[in-house]
Amino acid sequence: MISDVTDFASLAPAYPELALAIGAIVLLMIGVFTKSNSANMIMGVAIGLLAAVTVLVIIQTESGLVFNGGFIQDEFARYMKVVVLVGSALTLVLSVSSAAEHALNKFEYPVLILLATLGMMMMISANDLISLYVGLELQALALYVVAAMKRDSGRATEAGLKYFVLGALSSGMFLYGASLVYGFTGQTQLDEITRMISLGGSGIGLTFGLVFILAGLAFKISAVPFHMWTPDVYEGAPTPVTAFFAAAPKVAAMALFVRVVYSSFEPIARDWQQIVIFISIASMVLAAFAGIGQSNIKRLIAYSSIGNVGFALVGLSAASEVGVQGVAVYMAIYMVMTVGLFACVLSLKTDNGYVEAIADLAGLSRGRPFVAGIMAILLFSMIGLPPLAGFFAKWHVFIAAIEAQLYVLAVIGVVASAISAFYYLKIIRTMYFDEPILQFSAAPGELRLVMGVTGFLVLSYYVTVGAPLADMASVAAKSLF
Amino acid sequence: MTLPLFFFYLFSATCIGAAVMVISSRNPVHSVLFLILAFVNAAGIFLLAGAEFLAMILIVVYVGAVAVLFLFVVMMLDVDFAELRKGFLQHLPIGMLIGLIFLIELVLVAVGFVVSPQVAAESVLPINDTISNTRALGQVLYTRYVYLFQAAGLVLLVAMIGAIVLTLRHRKNIKRQDIGRQVGRKRSEAVKTVKVESGKGL
Amino acid sequence: MNELLSQYLPVILFIGLSAVIGAALLFVPFMVAVKNPDPEKVSAYECGFDPFDDARMKFDVRFYLVAILFIIFDLEVAFLFPWAVAFGDVGWFGFWSMMIFLGVLTIGFIYEWRKGALEWD
Repeated sequence: MISDVTDFASLAPAYPELALAIGAIVLLMIGVFTKSNSANMIMGVAIGLLAAVTVLVIIQTESGLVFNGGFIQDEFARYMKVVVLVGSALTLVLSVSSAAEHALNKFEYPVLILLATLGMMMMISANDLISLYVGLELQALALYVVAAMKRDSGRATEAGLKYFVLGALSSGMFLYGASLVYGFTGQTQLDEITRMISLGGSGIGLTFGLVFILAGLAFKISAVPFHMWTPDVYEGAPTPVTAFFAAAPKVAAMALFVRVVYSSFEPIARDWQQIVIFISIASMVLAAFAGIGQSNIKRLIAYSSIGNVGFALVGLSAASEVGVQGVAVYMAIYMVMTVGLFACVLSLKTDNGYVEAIADLAGLSRGRPFVAGIMAILLFSMIGLPPLAGFFAKWHVFIAAIEAQLYVLAVIGVVASAISAFYYLKIIRTMYFDEPILQFSAAPGELRLVMGVTGFLVLSYYVTVGAPLADMASVAAKSLF
Repeated sequence: MTLPLFFFYLFSATCIGAAVMVISSRNPVHSVLFLILAFVNAAGIFLLAGAEFLAMILIVVYVGAVAVLFLFVVMMLDVDFAELRKGFLQHLPIGMLIGLIFLIELVLVAVGFVVSPQVAAESVLPINDTISNTRALGQVLYTRYVYLFQAAGLVLLVAMIGAIVLTLRHRKNIKRQDIGRQVGRKRSEAVKTVKVESGKGL
Repeated sequence: MNELLSQYLPVILFIGLSAVIGAALLFVPFMVAVKNPDPEKVSAYECGFDPFDDARMKFDVRFYLVAILFIIFDLEVAFLFPWAVAFGDVGWFGFWSMMIFLGVLTIGFIYEWRKGALEWD
């Protein structure tokens, strides 16, 4: 057996991944050979590298299969990779000012983030059950380490350990499912699996394989009933790391979910559609109710992200091209809103350190009107109030559900959205109508920039980025069908 | 045909027995030793299935390294295992229920195991009986699956970075031997001639 | 199948023989040796006291670091076996693919060395 990589040019679709891998390794060497305090410089270079790779993903227009079908580059992969890369770069920007306080001021932190991002890109481009798994593990292993990096903090260590144990469990389930699928179809490549299924390779064994694969992936996107780790990990991990967890890996895992169900289990769409509808409803409803009692803002965002995954899955359950377009738009908007929200959370700093309790936000609008204003915009957008971006995100997925005649699902989604408005509005009320109790210090420049940009994008979505984003998502969705 | 069958039942019975002992023995060190026994028997089953390389890797990596690591971890954690085990009986019914569900699923899968002839013929890598298992792996791992091979290298790199980031602590204020400095020391740095006036001392 | 098993015949014989010898060395003393136990003879003796606490102590985390670094390189070596066996079949492509793999792990090794993870204190 020979490889289809004959020369360097045949690697063209994988150039961005190659650049990121080499860059991460070079940065690791620079970090270890320079004297201490090189962490900030490496962080800067890493952000620049992520930006450069994003540009490379966009300008490198060659699509197709590489590595004998293990790796695929198409419009869908390109779209999702850009979202993931922007999310990673922005969360690295967020962590610059607070790195020392969160014990992230080591040069390994940006290097691990780069390697995790590489894993995510491999996940998005995976066209084979094995390469999918390797990408997933590369990403997850780096994230476990980053979660526990503040090793003298009991909460961070606990978060890292919990994430590791449950992540390993989900990987095990995924592998079990993948082995069943391989056993019943004799193939590992996603498109070949489709071919074998349509040749009559389906049966109860394949269905079990599908169920286990979906259970493993549901863990990674933290959809109910596999969401239990999310609040604890989000609360315990250092805030910049939580921002990263909420923004980038979720998008990558969702892209993976979409690719697995569409490009390999398309012929048995009826089977997975039921599962996706179930976890979508469960996520939306659970998040809407469980978020109400939360007093910690990171925990609240964790439940909010569970709910958001539920909404994105509404689009997926439609099992149509419009549905995939909806998921793609939803994940991009979700990433921007999450990054903006975490920029706000990270700027809530008093002289005694960072504030995480919602009650402490009282009167934020008087001390820090800009932060409070941006946060209010983002929270209104999370609720889904028109004309903010969050409304259009939900509109896209619900339209897909209605076109697929999933009326009950759409109605449950709207009701869950209305219930979850309660806890978002509670934060806004605390910020605007309660008496201030804490003095917050001024936010660093780069946080203000991120807040400003995300706030502007969310606010002006309909007139600025809305139409082009929907077009790009549509092109991305087309490449899967 | 009976001899392989005999060995299969020997290995699988010992493997299951050892697995039961892993979770039921009182002493955690014994649990680890039973785990090793289970690994060895699993390697035997691999061997019977013709996967010689996997069998040997199971012994080299799992028995030789991972089990040692488990022993370290068991020794490192200052946990009262008797205390931990208290809830064991409480959780037993639900654990058995989950095990039962898994068993039913496995039986369903095993009963429904119909491999269409096309699948066997068109499998992604049909088994080649003419060459050894290890060589067959080597023929595809470094060429056809080069992507996965290199990705595995990166996963190992992340594991290295992670292990060091999470556990390496440099102790302060201890004297280390620096052979370069020791050898490079000159007489002028080490010895000083002082004229001591008589009757006064230093 | 039988052909494969017959290749392992020496190993099976070896394991069987060593099991027999080991068992014999355990059982022979039971049957041959003189036994006159009494409570004082079989009680624990530690400088005249009962043992104070568990003989197990907390291990330093550094042992763990050494062990995990060993596992990583152990796995790396595991990848070398099929490469060596199939060296003639994989050609230059296979050669360079292994060199890149080793290169990445050498980077890891340099990192370890520079960080001082290979020093005991």
